[in-house]
Amino acid sequence: MALSYEEGKRIFLKTILILGAITICEVAFALLGKGYIVESIEFPGWLVGGVMILMSVVKAYLIIYEFMHMKYEVKGLVRTVLLPGFLLVWGVIAFLWDGDYWMDRRDSDSTQVELTVPTSEHHDGEMHHEGDHEHDDDHH
Amino acid sequence: MAGDTAHVGNESQWGGGVQPFKASYGKLMMWYFLVSDAFTFAGFLIAYGALRFSTPTWPVPDFVFSSLPGGIHHAPLIFVTIMTFVLLFSSYTMVRAVGEGHRENKSGVVKWMALTIVGGLGFLGCQAWEWTTLIAKEHMSIYTNPFGTHTESGTYLDGDGHDIKAGDTFEAGDSYLIHKHNGAWHPLKYRTETGIEKQQVFGPKAFGALFFFITGFHGFHVFSGVVFLLIIMLNVMSGLYIKRKNGYEMVEKIGLYWHFVDLVWVFVFLVFYLL
Repeated sequence: MALSYEEGKRIFLKTILILGAITICEVAFALLGKGYIVESIEFPGWLVGGVMILMSVVKAYLIIYEFMHMKYEVKGLVRTVLLPGFLLVWGVIAFLWDGDYWMDRRDSDSTQVELTVPTSEHHDGEMHHEGDHEHDDDHH
Repeated sequence: MAGDTAHVGNESQWGGGVQPFKASYGKLMMWYFLVSDAFTFAGFLIAYGALRFSTPTWPVPDFVFSSLPGGIHHAPLIFVTIMTFVLLFSSYTMVRAVGEGHRENKSGVVKWMALTIVGGLGFLGCQAWEWTTLIAKEHMSIYTNPFGTHTESGTYLDGDGHDIKAGDTFEAGDSYLIHKHNGAWHPLKYRTETGIEKQQVFGPKAFGALFFFITGFHGFHVFSGVVFLLIIMLNVMSGLYIKRKNGYEMVEKIGLYWHFVDLVWVFVFLVFYLL
């Protein structure tokens, strides 16, 4: 189960070197993909983003499994820690999706609403509301 | 525990004295604390993502984070990469301290913990410089975000005395920083391709608050990590953990916390700087 001291030393060194290499790759890929290194080359955003997320997940795996010794813990412990974390995957998707929807609403609010919303009913509602307010004030 | 291993079922596990997860109470609770902390950080980063998706323009990180100490500009992501390496290095020294603890080597633990503290302080120093640049030089605050993005192409009508001269052209998607001199903002005027005169507008307001709260919350974790490391290192030096004869488990627990701080940085680095 547990690593011997010498084994551990070797694995830790290997892990940190891989983590460093991935970080350099991430930054290089980000700068290359966005056209900072060679001006004529530019990758589509989803490709740059996707590769970066993938590399970060590998880094997270290495930190949790090697540095935090998760690889050598019993299954029950691993599950109780990691499974709740996977709920977040849906959290991320759901909120980004909703953020995208807010953006759509923002567009339609600023351009279309003025032209399409009928005003008469709306006004009635408002009048009623104001009336209520005055009523409340009388009581005070 | 009394040798009847054939009957190790649920009953004997609930009877006490057994560790079903083969981890001590303290270590297990550290793991669960980290799970809850991960959710807090995820909440922050998800808020960042949702707001970014909901806004037509967003400051480009390669433009915002492109300064280096010594007055170097236009070096996108280099400084924050250095910060990342400082933190990765301290994660390595931490894991070495834990390894020395397992073989009860007191001086080894102290040596590697001291290096970890140096790494943590180095990271905090880098962050202090980054914040100082953003606050004092570029005047970003939790209320104001002077980093904007053009939504159409055009020509500047005046210069800012730094990088932009009157007559310079720009394209949709290009970034700009509105400068502040003597307490007054100086948004530049420009003429769009369609011939309309406009001036630079501020970027999405949420950016500053998100930046300072998320990197601040992470920085606070690093800071408290350094404090805990220091306390535990002093305890190691005093010989407290020799008496416990449990392979310096306290060092292992603070190690878990420290690696978690590094783990969070992987995602802060991804979300704030790379994407």
